[in-house]
Amino acid sequence: MYDKGKIIIGVIIFLALLLSPFLYQLGKPVTAPTLVLGTKEKQCVESLAFMKSSHMVLLDTWRDEVVREGKSLYVNSAGKPYNMSLQNTCMKCHTTKTQFCDRCHDYLDVAPNCWDCHIAPKEKEQQVARSVK
Amino acid sequence: MNAWFSVFTALVAVIALVLLAMLGVETIGLKSIFGVIIPYVAFVIFFVGVAYRIIGWAKVPVPFRIPTTGGQGKSLPWIKASYTDAPWTTLGVILRMALEVLLFRSLFRNTKAEVREGPRITYASAQWLWLAGILFHYSFLTIILRHARFFFENVPSFVEMLSSVDGFFQILVPTLFLSDLAFLAAVTYLFLRRVVLPQMRYISLPADYFPLFLIGGIGISGVLMRQVWKVDLLKVKELTMGWFTFHPVVPEGLGTIFYVHVFLVSCLLAYIPFSKIMHMGGVFLSPTRNLANVNRSERYVNPWNYPVKVHTYDEYEDEFREKMKEAGIPVDKE
Repeated sequence: MYDKGKIIIGVIIFLALLLSPFLYQLGKPVTAPTLVLGTKEKQCVESLAFMKSSHMVLLDTWRDEVVREGKSLYVNSAGKPYNMSLQNTCMKCHTTKTQFCDRCHDYLDVAPNCWDCHIAPKEKEQQVARSVK
Repeated sequence: MNAWFSVFTALVAVIALVLLAMLGVETIGLKSIFGVIIPYVAFVIFFVGVAYRIIGWAKVPVPFRIPTTGGQGKSLPWIKASYTDAPWTTLGVILRMALEVLLFRSLFRNTKAEVREGPRITYASAQWLWLAGILFHYSFLTIILRHARFFFENVPSFVEMLSSVDGFFQILVPTLFLSDLAFLAAVTYLFLRRVVLPQMRYISLPADYFPLFLIGGIGISGVLMRQVWKVDLLKVKELTMGWFTFHPVVPEGLGTIFYVHVFLVSCLLAYIPFSKIMHMGGVFLSPTRNLANVNRSERYVNPWNYPVKVHTYDEYEDEFREKMKEAGIPVDKE
């Protein structure tokens, strides 16, 4: 007696799971999300690379400083002062949560807890394509 | 082999791999090799290697049933039999295998003998290995499933659920995942167990330490990338989706830590078919677990028996009837 049949079924299930990302995509190119910056300002609070990788750390520090220490002035690495506020500083430029914050967060399945406390500002009903083809 | 030599060689091998990736990416700048070519090659080795090993096993005939039973086998109707520990039906075997694969049933039965005062020997259950093992395997599974966010353009909904449960306590930013902690703790335990217990140290080989260090290195590089040397996840996903769409791209600006992580994972994938990690397929093919306990109720025919030529008495008599009559030997047919 040989169990080839049963084993082959197991191997096929295993390989199908392994190949699922390839099969799901089937060679279709992925369109990375494009962000609506909402500003002509050239410089964010810190450098672009830092903001891309570590904005959550900055926001978390701001939250702690404002809420727990009562400070509200942040001086960036270039010596420029900023008011530590998500809604008054960050969102002054990046006005649309859905077209700025959410795009990357949804694409990468990140669930920040900013909006557990903050109320997302109302946005004008305008649909902009999620990404540029 | 000297025990410390085993630890040392395995550690040196893993450190060499880390340095190789750092050197290759930072100094020589071989980003496309470490970001695309090596992962593809590793995936192919893993894919073909695992399939090859399992198909090799599938060609072996099923042996005479040798289940190691953990309970009363089926016997007289008034003796209570253990359905999953000494299974006599296919469903029983499936249940037994499920307990084995999902809950590590055999490991849970582990006992430890100790000589106490008297002298008197005592046996007690010892489940630390089971605990570390189950923590290790399930946290590893959770981590792999969480990585699906880099593997699918539209992230499956279970990933977000898993991540939110995994980061339930919202410690640190980005949230520290409990599975990462459990994973590193379990790997550390599994390593310490091998070096601290003398009898474990005695039987441990580089092939035991190398996967532990490699997997530990993957875990540490992953946690460092998430918590300390952060990388731009958008670029990470650009690269990973490039693999899966067969349009590989190497985005600029990804930190070396990312390439170290990917290189260690590639090494693990390529190493699996040649190593003890093949137990992930082998566990399903353990003849002491996946065979029903029916040796006395069902006949077993050896699959490699060749057809034996038999010469029945009738044929014998037909052949020698005349000679038998002559010699006065009684015959059945006249």
